[in-house]
Amino acid sequence: MMFRRPAKTAPDLPPLGAQRTGWLLAVAASALLPHADHLPGWLGAVTLLLFTWRLAQWKRGWPGASGWIRTLLIIAGCAGISLTFGRLFGREPGVALLALLLVLKLHELKSVRDGHTVVLLGYFMLLAAFTYSQTPAMAALLFAAMGVITAALIALTGPPAAPLALLRQSGWMLAQALPFMLVLFVLFPRVPGPLWGLPLDAHGARTGLSDSMEPGSISQLSQSGEIAFRARFDREAPPARDLYWRGPVLTEFDGRTWRQGTAARRTGGTPPHPVIGPRSGYEVTLEAHGKNWLFALETVAALPPGARVSDDWQVLSGDVVRNRRRDHFESVLAARPGIEEWSAHIDAARRLPRDGNPRARALAAELRRQSGSDAATVDALLRLFRREAFVYTLTPPLLPGADGIDAFLFDTRRGFCEHYAGAFVFLARAAGLPARVVTGYQGGERNSVDSFIVVRQSDAHAWAEVWLPAEGWRRVDPTAAILPSRVERGLADLAAGEPVPFVARADLGWLRDLRHRWEAANNAWNQWVLSYDQQRQRELLSRLGMAQPDWQTMTAWMAALCGVMAGALTLWALRRAPGRDALARAWAGLDRALAPAGLGRAAWEGPLDYAERVAAARPDLAADLRAACTLYADARYGGAPPAPAAREIRARSRALRRHRTPHRR
Amino acid sequence: MPIAAAPRALIDAASELILGKRSRIELALTCLIAGGHLLIEDVPGTGKTTLAHVLARLFGLDFRRVQFTSDLLPADILGVSVFERESGGFRFHPGPVFTQVLLADEVNRATPRTQSALLEAMEEHQVSVEGETRRLPDPFFVIATQNPASQIGTYPLPESQLDRFMMRLTMGYPDPAAERALLTGRDRRSLLEDLAPCADAAQLIRWRDEAQALHVADALIDYVQALIAHTRDGGRYRLGLSPRAGLALLAAARAHARVHERGHVLPEDVQAVLPAVALHRLPLIDPLPPDDAARMLLQAVALPL
Repeated sequence: MMFRRPAKTAPDLPPLGAQRTGWLLAVAASALLPHADHLPGWLGAVTLLLFTWRLAQWKRGWPGASGWIRTLLIIAGCAGISLTFGRLFGREPGVALLALLLVLKLHELKSVRDGHTVVLLGYFMLLAAFTYSQTPAMAALLFAAMGVITAALIALTGPPAAPLALLRQSGWMLAQALPFMLVLFVLFPRVPGPLWGLPLDAHGARTGLSDSMEPGSISQLSQSGEIAFRARFDREAPPARDLYWRGPVLTEFDGRTWRQGTAARRTGGTPPHPVIGPRSGYEVTLEAHGKNWLFALETVAALPPGARVSDDWQVLSGDVVRNRRRDHFESVLAARPGIEEWSAHIDAARRLPRDGNPRARALAAELRRQSGSDAATVDALLRLFRREAFVYTLTPPLLPGADGIDAFLFDTRRGFCEHYAGAFVFLARAAGLPARVVTGYQGGERNSVDSFIVVRQSDAHAWAEVWLPAEGWRRVDPTAAILPSRVERGLADLAAGEPVPFVARADLGWLRDLRHRWEAANNAWNQWVLSYDQQRQRELLSRLGMAQPDWQTMTAWMAALCGVMAGALTLWALRRAPGRDALARAWAGLDRALAPAGLGRAAWEGPLDYAERVAAARPDLAADLRAACTLYADARYGGAPPAPAAREIRARSRALRRHRTPHRR
Repeated sequence: MPIAAAPRALIDAASELILGKRSRIELALTCLIAGGHLLIEDVPGTGKTTLAHVLARLFGLDFRRVQFTSDLLPADILGVSVFERESGGFRFHPGPVFTQVLLADEVNRATPRTQSALLEAMEEHQVSVEGETRRLPDPFFVIATQNPASQIGTYPLPESQLDRFMMRLTMGYPDPAAERALLTGRDRRSLLEDLAPCADAAQLIRWRDEAQALHVADALIDYVQALIAHTRDGGRYRLGLSPRAGLALLAAARAHARVHERGHVLPEDVQAVLPAVALHRLPLIDPLPPDDAARMLLQAVALPL
């Protein structure tokens, strides 16, 4: 007699089999994979270890983690997470905690109910992954993971089946959900604001321009192929050399670092001075960069609602740009604004530190004396940069903290745009001209696939502005004087041997083409999926002919479309066993054809008996009826293909219907 | 000896001898091909014995007949071991059960003990005598006849035993035309002696195997299940059909389809064998004449679409 320990699971909780356990391991793997890059290192290791342990238990029958080990792990894990993040709530610690709970749950799988918990956690982890990354690649990965998890759910609830069959079924179910997803995506009323943004996103460090500049700050950016923003012009795009995307304007100089001045802090909803000239309209899709400035071409003439512009012509948003945003601007490319500039701003643009860089000051004074006029001084300064042996390089030598401009101008003469812009503005001020440094992006690459202009961090640039009494602010780009191609073609034409950022290389045509395609796909995804906000939704729906795309209309349409699709899918599913049901329908149709003449089939009557009974009473119908009944019998009971039989039965039924009333003679 | 290609030829041959009973002959042949045993219930003199004779004869099978009486003992059927002086050991003398076709006449006259000895042999296709198991020949086909239960001096077969017969038939009186032909025609016994076999045991086994291999569609299984379900909860029967009865019904339907040269089984096949297969296993709460009972059962269950 064998004594058995009473099972811990209640009888209504069916135990998991080995196959289902395997599926749950797959669920955990596919739910954790998208989080691999942002879990803290130690937790990643613990998770992997626990997962491998469970895998070994499943595959090789290792002993599992006992209850007290799990308790210990969860306490230690919570402590570790709160130490790592400083808190237990919020996105990062929350996801970390869920990852830990998920692998621990794998170690206490007893019943199907535990399996459902794992599946639910898996789905939730996928959702959480979307708050980290929304790229098309991530979306594809999460779709695949969803397929696996859904297959596991089918495995949990359904009869055992081959893994491939389950995956196929899951894919099929998800495919059926796809039209609903599309309808809900397009029509679900949007609230203003981003779909995936979480407040925490804003605190992440981002590459991009800053509100100060010192030697080296922009050349760092030049190594980054990250996209800063994309622009699309309403009409033909201007040539790259005219594309100066204005960012922070730096007026104050302390001898080493350039900073924004008071003009940057005075803002208004319209440009400080009227801008006259032919306007170019364009739309900028700006990536989140954690600062509140927007990038528009010089010189901006019309702002999107809510945006502001400072006295030094920098466009600002009301709030920090935490999510990708899209704005429409108009600019006058050839404008020289600011003839009637406020004297305070002009004075600020003249200010220099009291001492330092004596050689540069002396040179500026000398040039000023030789040239006479302001305009001539500017030309003389530019000539200086062009004439002397300046080298444009991404890897300039370090400059001393004091008298850095002297060292650059007279000793090293190797530098990047910020060196040239800074030195130029210093010289101009030393020569008595109001001047300031403008940072931003220059140029951009036109994507041949979708004709968006892509501006990357490597396009970050610094140039100068000089105020001339008769003209206003004139843009002077000393870098262009040294290396004209820098503003014509970007970084790709740097001197041989320079470490050119990979994405900026011009010699790999196929690579660039591939990159263009990939980026165009990314951009389309951004434009139409991630940035599908309230405004876009309204635009699209109006274009589709919806008169009043308010939320009531959208909801009504949504319900109607979903209802229609559900109905269509149901009908289609009903027709899916086309043979059997078509046959039954055809058979019922035969009955309907003959019943009015009193020749209907009794419910219990077999097809051949029926045919013979009616044939005896109505020999004129015998041929058709016998044929139809034999077809039915063969298809229903003999395994003959049902679809052609159903067709033929329908044809015979039509003939029988015509002749069912006996001819009166 | 010419081997008949189709079972129909046998039916035709038998119908010349047993007049006006074509459907009974067909059912008996169906039962034989299905590998079941047959119970024929009727008053004496209606051709029960002739039917058994004819079937055995047509297949050229060994035929034995046992007249059951109240003093018949199991050993009289199964056989006994007898001590033989010359060999100095026991030798088994096989009883009449060791044959291919056994006619157990008036089986309800014997005691239950003797009855059950026969029924066990029918079920097991083997006989255990004195600790030794002996296989019966193949095919082994028992035709038992039974007088109506109302006759005195009988031990009616209990329901559990009735279940072992695949079919029960009643012969019934011949119609006037058949009766007249019978009265004016030749002596049946001489006709029987002249009857030439038109098939053999191998052919019978082949037909049996073919019947078992016939295609049965899901829709037909649905129908058989619906029939069985109806007998179990229809409220008209004291007992529903047993799983064995369901199997017998399907086997008989297969054999019937084979008799009719069909490649698959139709509801008509089930319906044709249903009264013979089912009614003796379905004690009615309110007894009805057999024809009415059959119609009631048939028409109560619709064909699943």
